[in-house]
Amino acid sequence: MNTQTTSKSAAAIDRARDAGRAALIGYLPAGFPDVQTTIDAAVAMAENGMDLIEIGIPYSDPVMDGAVIQEATVQALQNGFTVEKVFDIVKGITERTDAAVLVMTYWNPVMQLGVREFARRLHEAGGAGLITPDLIPDEAAEWLAASEEFGLDRVFLVAPSTSDERMERTVAASRGFVYAVSIMGVTGARTAVSSAARAVVDAAHGAGAERACVGLGVSSADQVREIAAYADGVIVGTALVAALRDGGVPALAELTKDLSSGTGKS
Amino acid sequence: MTDSPQAANGPTEVTEGTAEAFLNPTGSLRHAPGPYFGEYGGRWMPESLIAALDELTDTFEKAKADPEFTAQVAELNRTYAGRPSLLTEAKRFSEHAGGVRIFLKREDLNHTGSHKINNVLGQALLAKRMGKTRVIAETGAGQHGVASATAAALMGLECVVYMGAEDCRRQALNVARMELLGATVVPVTNGSQTLKDAINDALRDWVANVDTTHYLLGTAAGAHPFPSMVRYFHEVIGEEAREQMLAETGRLPDAVCACIGGGSNAIGMFHGFLDDPEVALYGFEAGGDGVETGRHAATITLGRPGVLHGARSYLMQDDDGQTIESHSISAGLDYPGVGPEHAYLADIGRVSYEPITDAEAMDAFKLLCRSEGIIPAIETAHALAGAIKVGQRLAAEGGDPSEKIVLINLSGRGDKDVATAAEFFDLLPDNSAESEIGKDGEQL
Repeated sequence: MNTQTTSKSAAAIDRARDAGRAALIGYLPAGFPDVQTTIDAAVAMAENGMDLIEIGIPYSDPVMDGAVIQEATVQALQNGFTVEKVFDIVKGITERTDAAVLVMTYWNPVMQLGVREFARRLHEAGGAGLITPDLIPDEAAEWLAASEEFGLDRVFLVAPSTSDERMERTVAASRGFVYAVSIMGVTGARTAVSSAARAVVDAAHGAGAERACVGLGVSSADQVREIAAYADGVIVGTALVAALRDGGVPALAELTKDLSSGTGKS
Repeated sequence: MTDSPQAANGPTEVTEGTAEAFLNPTGSLRHAPGPYFGEYGGRWMPESLIAALDELTDTFEKAKADPEFTAQVAELNRTYAGRPSLLTEAKRFSEHAGGVRIFLKREDLNHTGSHKINNVLGQALLAKRMGKTRVIAETGAGQHGVASATAAALMGLECVVYMGAEDCRRQALNVARMELLGATVVPVTNGSQTLKDAINDALRDWVANVDTTHYLLGTAAGAHPFPSMVRYFHEVIGEEAREQMLAETGRLPDAVCACIGGGSNAIGMFHGFLDDPEVALYGFEAGGDGVETGRHAATITLGRPGVLHGARSYLMQDDDGQTIESHSISAGLDYPGVGPEHAYLADIGRVSYEPITDAEAMDAFKLLCRSEGIIPAIETAHALAGAIKVGQRLAAEGGDPSEKIVLINLSGRGDKDVATAAEFFDLLPDNSAESEIGKDGEQL
């Protein structure tokens, strides 16, 4: 993995590590329910212990997402979200917090704007990089070049099904951290985190990853605590989206505070 | 830049000489192995599914080289699907196509009523080879769902079919067919509740159950190896047709016509003629209400390249890359994407792709019924309407039109479409039960 200190994600994870804990990473869909709320919600997360913020671009065909996130992204699109608003959101958050802000996106919207143009604008907005759920390094030549040019992080996914060979290749292609998918499935809260998660993190570390963060199915402080014991970061999505949906920014802030209580590596 | 050996071969590296670069070493367009067809194809898929795609690729490659497997496929085609399918000369229909000779490749006579059976038998055999006990499939009108349920019943596999909730309602009898065959039909209520959303939900199921489950994709689209694998199982259409044409007429046709949704019947037919430059190839897309209305499924004609469901190909999308809903009277063509090999064949000019409106297709539908006594699928009617235009163009070139030959892939029969057609042509008495059903687009 590229360890240049210019990686904003790596810096945020390392700050948490220096403080003796795992980094907490939180996902929100852009424009749910509107642009300003997304910014305010992300800032509230950052003020309550979120180290990295993941802003998802709503997409018509989100094959890696479960019902809660799908419904939120459909609503965002119905409310008039367009892709270029994601740059306003990233800028709005980075102007008000120190959290690293990544964009999570299916690949077609990036391809349609133009990979280099997308990278240029994300960099300009102060973004840290991209998490790409349906882009594997095999197809990422253009993104590898653009992310190098603009110093952006490339967060690829690795899964319980990932072979040793692919693990090495994916870790090598990543920058910032690798996203360890905890289970074979889509996003959504689950009562237990699969034991597969630890094996994926161990394999990623074994393949040379300096930072491996676990996502999919994490919704409670207890789960965060369990994962923080072996991973460099813990990623929460659906639970935060549901909190924002049901209780607005105050509920989101409260859940973030609760989740962050589990990040200690005691 | 972090060098990845694979990335260096990615589609974005392609600039000039695309056509040459992706030909087989022999210079043939046949048997293109994937994952790339020019700048199209690939594997734009979640990492979680890559191991399954690798396993499938490996199993498929070994099976192709295994005489036992190819013998199994041939035996099933002969004793179960009803192959070889007939070649029928359409002498009265030809009067409406400039007087050129018209031949129909009768995939409508296959078991389950369309070309779909070729692919499902092959993939179900592969599923068994991989030790999978369950297959999942997507379906629009229900044809691929019925074919998948059929193959699963034959081979003792559990079968789950994802189908848009709206399609389930409109195609209640096809849902019943699948259930009679032992399949479970899951109505999809996500997104636009159409075929593309059924594919999304099938992919979500596959991610979660990949150890036990094979995704039996119904068309020559999606991530590698699906486009080249689905084509492989349909190549029998073009191979048989080529031999039959030579036997019947002593030469190759001047033109070959097929309809295109995802493009599986067309790629199977075209494959037999790709290396015969004297044979013009035509793919007819669904023009819906007319391409100028925006309500159509003419993906190659009006789409632009993007990634959806695992492949880079032409795609109906807005400026942001959000998929646009397609529209067609034919549920089987009502898909906003198209197989990547077609995208490549369009770019290099080997195949011409043209839109056919709902009205043109329905005219051709009625014409075949009345001139030949064959009720075609409405999908297939798009190929018939296109062939009429091609025949008239060939005739306009001069000479004796009866010396010109057009081959059409009659990809499916129209039993499933009788209610739609009866409603379209206003054949139902106002107060009949069928009329009430037909208003909702129900298939009888």
